[in-house]
Amino acid sequence: MTTAAAPVVASLPVARRRLDRDDVLMRLGICLLIGWMLVTLLLPLWVLLSKSFQNQNGDFVGLQNYLHYFSTPALFESVWNSLFVAVLSTAIVLPLAFVYAYALQRSCMRWKGLFQALALIPILAPSLLPAISFIYLFGNQGFLKALLFGGSIYGAGGIVLSQVFYCFPHALMILVAALAMADARLYEAADALGASKTRVFFTVTLPGAKYGVISAGFVIFTLVITDFGIAKVIGGRFNVLATDIFKQVIGQQNFEMGAVVGFILLIPAVVAFTADRITQRRQVALLSARAVPLQPRPAPRRDWGLFAFCAVVGGLIFGVLAMAAWASFVTRWPYNLSLTLGNYAFGEFDSNGWGAYWNSVVLASWTAVIGSLVVFVGAYLLEKTRGFAWGRGIAQFMAMLPMAVPGLVLGLAYIFFFNARSNPLGFIYATMIILVVNSITHFYTVCHLTATTALKQLDPEFEAVSASLKVSLLRTMARVTFPVCLPAVLDVSIYLFVNAMTTVSAVIFLYSTDTKLAAVSIINMDEAGFTAAAAAMAMAIVAMSAAVKITHVLLTRRLERTTQAWRRR
Amino acid sequence: MKHAGVKAGAAPYLRIERLTKQFGAFTALKDISLEIFEGEFVCFLGPSGCGKTTLLRAIAGLDIQTSGRIFQADREISNLPASKRDFGIVFQSYALFPNLTVAANVAYGLVSRGLPKVEIATRVSELLQLVGLPDAGRKYPAQLSGGQQQRVALARALALSPGLLLLDEPLSALDARVRAYLRVEIRRLHQRIGVTTIMVTHDQEEALTMADRIVVMNHGVIEQVGTPTEVYRRPASAFVADFVGTTNFLPGVVLGPGVVRCGSVDLACDVDIQPGPGSDVTLAIRPEDIVVRNVAAAHPNALPVRVADVEFLGSFCRVGLALDGGEPSLVADFSINVVRDLAIDEGKQMLVALPPERLRVFPRAPQTP
Repeated sequence: MTTAAAPVVASLPVARRRLDRDDVLMRLGICLLIGWMLVTLLLPLWVLLSKSFQNQNGDFVGLQNYLHYFSTPALFESVWNSLFVAVLSTAIVLPLAFVYAYALQRSCMRWKGLFQALALIPILAPSLLPAISFIYLFGNQGFLKALLFGGSIYGAGGIVLSQVFYCFPHALMILVAALAMADARLYEAADALGASKTRVFFTVTLPGAKYGVISAGFVIFTLVITDFGIAKVIGGRFNVLATDIFKQVIGQQNFEMGAVVGFILLIPAVVAFTADRITQRRQVALLSARAVPLQPRPAPRRDWGLFAFCAVVGGLIFGVLAMAAWASFVTRWPYNLSLTLGNYAFGEFDSNGWGAYWNSVVLASWTAVIGSLVVFVGAYLLEKTRGFAWGRGIAQFMAMLPMAVPGLVLGLAYIFFFNARSNPLGFIYATMIILVVNSITHFYTVCHLTATTALKQLDPEFEAVSASLKVSLLRTMARVTFPVCLPAVLDVSIYLFVNAMTTVSAVIFLYSTDTKLAAVSIINMDEAGFTAAAAAMAMAIVAMSAAVKITHVLLTRRLERTTQAWRRR
Repeated sequence: MKHAGVKAGAAPYLRIERLTKQFGAFTALKDISLEIFEGEFVCFLGPSGCGKTTLLRAIAGLDIQTSGRIFQADREISNLPASKRDFGIVFQSYALFPNLTVAANVAYGLVSRGLPKVEIATRVSELLQLVGLPDAGRKYPAQLSGGQQQRVALARALALSPGLLLLDEPLSALDARVRAYLRVEIRRLHQRIGVTTIMVTHDQEEALTMADRIVVMNHGVIEQVGTPTEVYRRPASAFVADFVGTTNFLPGVVLGPGVVRCGSVDLACDVDIQPGPGSDVTLAIRPEDIVVRNVAAAHPNALPVRVADVEFLGSFCRVGLALDGGEPSLVADFSINVVRDLAIDEGKQMLVALPPERLRVFPRAPQTP
């Protein structure tokens, strides 16, 4: 050595890991993801917010729009109306779905598979379908109208009835999952201590499913308060926030007031979302690894009681669906009940005809393919990148945000953002691209959570092993991560397809004459008085969603037999 | 001695200099320096949270240290990402790719090297032969037992002939019988291929039976580095004496050179007592070092005791001894022979001796036992 050794200092320099190619790639990916979310979510919302503080000439007017909103009873009333139907629907759906889920998971009732499938059908239908169906049943020419004793289905009653039908499967899925696992030892202990059945239910069963019940409650509340289609079709003069936005924007071209209502609609959704997140965080795993799974034992009185309950609820669901199906084939309700396929000749009722339907299929396909790719890669980046904590934090937050943004609000924000003359991305406005981007963003969070859950089940050391074997992450992703997660990827893509196929709220502001969608055309035809054609279109959507869903189930089974052979012992 | 590959005066293969790792306010590693020689089998031993895995992951480049330097084969690797370092690793969870066959798992690193297929196949069967699973190639990991999976993971880690093999609690997830068997297997494998190996474990028995040298860690610092015999016979601290094997601890006060007062008795010790007279110390003695045969009252450190309890443990008995008629304060291991010959049973009064050369003296800090 030519120079003297440097004196040893107490605090050594901080070591920084040099980045290898994978690190650079992953960080670049996260930056891209953040960029994508900025453009598709944050910037549009920001533009929407600033719009609500401007007048029609684009000058900043502070809170003036909001003051106007709150001092106009006709507008302000909608807030209470929205809250009223949301709370009432939640109060009805929650106990119904809980008992139904309880019957499916904790009884020895017959025909569980049938009941489960039946209850989940509404997921495949646009929310407009029950509304149309209830109009046929209880509307001005409904054949059960007499049951209302002179009341009208148009209004709060119709909205709540339709929402109950529409939200039921969403709540049911959460509650079925919440009741799926239970520790038999707890029940044995309660039995041994001589607790009554009622006491066991309130001290063991209910606390175990508590978080599921809370979560289901928030989900229903948010679905109802943000749904647009039902209120539009069956709401009559009963104004809610969702229809107000539509009226302000489409009816009166008052974009600024639309932005105000949009932001007011965002508040309950964000509050529900935040409250749910906070409660879920408190949840601790109640099931230890040593839990003994509970096997329900036959109890004829309970089982048949629950069977009767499920038969009634399932029957009602089937009835609503069957009503729409029947109506779609009836020549001229209620005067000529002979059956016809005429209502499916959409060209006679709407200038787009079947074109709108195929547009929806195209949108749903693109959303499913591109969406599952973006979601899965995004979740992989967030889950498997080492270091870069701030970048991952931002992206993680933005991935959770779409859940709290109602489709209508997102759609409105897209108009403001992408239609602005200064936006270089303006060329996607009024094209299929903006519909795809909007749909992916709108349904991002649930997909992200599904993908993350699947990735979390993989051994966290796969990436470390790959690095030690000098294999690039891309290769490991292609050979291991992706194949192992394939079932979850399929789940995500089907979820995206069905939702893109059935949604109205997210796209109602964004379609153009060339890209009109099936669900939008239902609303148009219903408005024009072609209710039977609207019912027919709704049934066509159900048919497509169901076909895709059944293909998915068959495909998943096949996959499990062939490519997933390694799962078997 | 077991010092398999250590050449006296040779440069160390792995040199760790003043390594510190901070997780926020928590210091997981405090200024660690360590040298490991080529061909050595070294165990990092310590309770959970002592920093042993953190140290291993820093060596692998999986979690980079906050400060400090690491050299491997005279090359500084302090800042290199894991993919640029030379090591193979086996995790407690095996981390086998579930959708690939055993052969594909072992070949995983070889394939990206772009080797010809025939060569890969030969190497894979060679490796599977090495870990004793020659016929498992076509199976999927889920079809193998835990012990077999761990051996596949070992074969995969060795595939690229790394200069350093890292084992992160490789046997912890296995049941006792398989663990004992694999201990011998891994040790034999190491002797055959001679790769420098670091194994992290919290199981002292594992460390004692497998390692050339043991690095005992606690609270992010190294308590002692030594051969298994050194660590067991001459623990450097009360922590090591307590963590490795079983030890009796007796609080005492230094009286003078080589004399410590414990309660009412004065005990002689052969070791140089570092803290001067009047300071608090802890005396330590292993249960098997307590002598009971042919002890006379004139014997050094002879103590009258009463047998408080006898626990039968098969080949020996663990006996609780009470001094001065009080609570049992010493535990001694006596062979069945001795127990039979001296008719040791509960309540028996007898003399035992604590041989001065077997007594260890540790300064007593407030938290030591």
